[in-house]
Amino acid sequence: MIITLIDIALLTFMGATAIAILRLRSLFAVVMLSGIYSLLAASMFVALDAVDVAFTEAAVGAGISTVLMITVLSLTGERERAPGHSPILPMIVVTLTGAALIYATFDMPAFGDANAPVNLHVAPRYLNDSMAEVGLPNVVTSVLASYRGYDTLGEVTVIFTAAVAVMMLLGGRKGDDAGFKNEPEENSVADGDDPADDPADDPADDPSGKNGKGTA
Amino acid sequence: MRHHRVLRVVSKLLIPFIMLFALYVQFHGDFGPGGGFQAGVIMASAFILYGLIFGLENARKVAPPSVVTKLVAAGVLIYAGTGYAGLLKGANFLDYNVLGATPVGGQHLGILIIEFGVGTTVAAAMVTIFFLFAGRER
Amino acid sequence: MLQVILDHYNYWVAVVLMMIGLYTVVARGNLIKKIVGLNIFQTSVFLLYITMGKVTGGTAPILDERFTVYSNPLPHVLILTAIVVGVATTALGLALVVRIRESYGTIEEDELDLLDGET
Repeated sequence: MIITLIDIALLTFMGATAIAILRLRSLFAVVMLSGIYSLLAASMFVALDAVDVAFTEAAVGAGISTVLMITVLSLTGERERAPGHSPILPMIVVTLTGAALIYATFDMPAFGDANAPVNLHVAPRYLNDSMAEVGLPNVVTSVLASYRGYDTLGEVTVIFTAAVAVMMLLGGRKGDDAGFKNEPEENSVADGDDPADDPADDPADDPSGKNGKGTA
Repeated sequence: MRHHRVLRVVSKLLIPFIMLFALYVQFHGDFGPGGGFQAGVIMASAFILYGLIFGLENARKVAPPSVVTKLVAAGVLIYAGTGYAGLLKGANFLDYNVLGATPVGGQHLGILIIEFGVGTTVAAAMVTIFFLFAGRER
Repeated sequence: MLQVILDHYNYWVAVVLMMIGLYTVVARGNLIKKIVGLNIFQTSVFLLYITMGKVTGGTAPILDERFTVYSNPLPHVLILTAIVVGVATTALGLALVVRIRESYGTIEEDELDLLDGET
């Protein structure tokens, strides 16, 4: 019972923090609240027995990603402008999607059900045999590194790729990136030339294409 | 942050313990919560803390970007290399049973090595990303 | 009735958090706010997975003679790696935001639309 109460309290805190993040305009406060949100999520994962996940979420969500976001705020400014368009359409879309998803949860197995399909397929094998096959007490490490080694190799490659991509985007000095920075101006020149060049090729298609671009 | 004496002293005291904790998490991940992903992030946070308190220039001296960027790739290569070691010994890719004298011993060795590879890549990637963001001029 | 609520409360909160994240992404114009919204969305998915792996009366999946019931370790593995990959992709998104700010001087979506329309 006490576990259920902790569960409900943490989830309610998470909901409240998420709504505060949505409503606040000061991005500094938003980033700080998202760190708190991650810490609450980590506590929630401990309550759900996922200690490894909680460990990672606390280190990553409350630590590294908060530092990264604050560093970016120092580069971009920390006030959000009021949204220019009405929130009615997004609200309708979100409400409909949420209602459909909640309707779908009634088909889900009950919370904590040991006989749910997800707990019957490979998990018993991992829990019963991994001590004999791999010999590590921490089943999460056995599955991560041994049974699902391919999967983890892929994830590590994704991290490597993301680091390379960030290097490509931010590696050079500000200003010496001719191709990237001058692109809008080059585009405008190209756009100006287009009507003169293209009618010979495709007189019917081009104006509509350009109009579509202008209005979008 | 150069003039905050309390922050400088406290972080100097904390950083060795953060690194020690990262190594503990790295090599104790087989028996308790932890592993390469968590250890990498904690190790990176030690360098990031150093960079925040003592300035980016000093952090770049401690962890030269040329070395760190190579470590990002080295971790993936350690991981994949362990897979190929199993292949060369006549088993499947990433099958650690053949790496040691007994299957369970081989599993222990293989998991230790690939977790080290994971930790290296994650730590180096996070430090690289932090250096790039913090080094960007306004 | 109470049993139905207790059985599904975690799923409902996950859905509500997911929708708050989606709304932040769709309705807010600031690019950093959108990335924070994506993170909320992402964490709600993590919560959904971990919730499905929980077994009543179970403990964390670290084997010991004193326990017999453990929670399902498989969702833990999937989400553990997803969190670290998530921060790497967040960093990539933030890098794009920094470059957009340097090229256009703003990170508000409607101002970016105007600038794109002019050129």
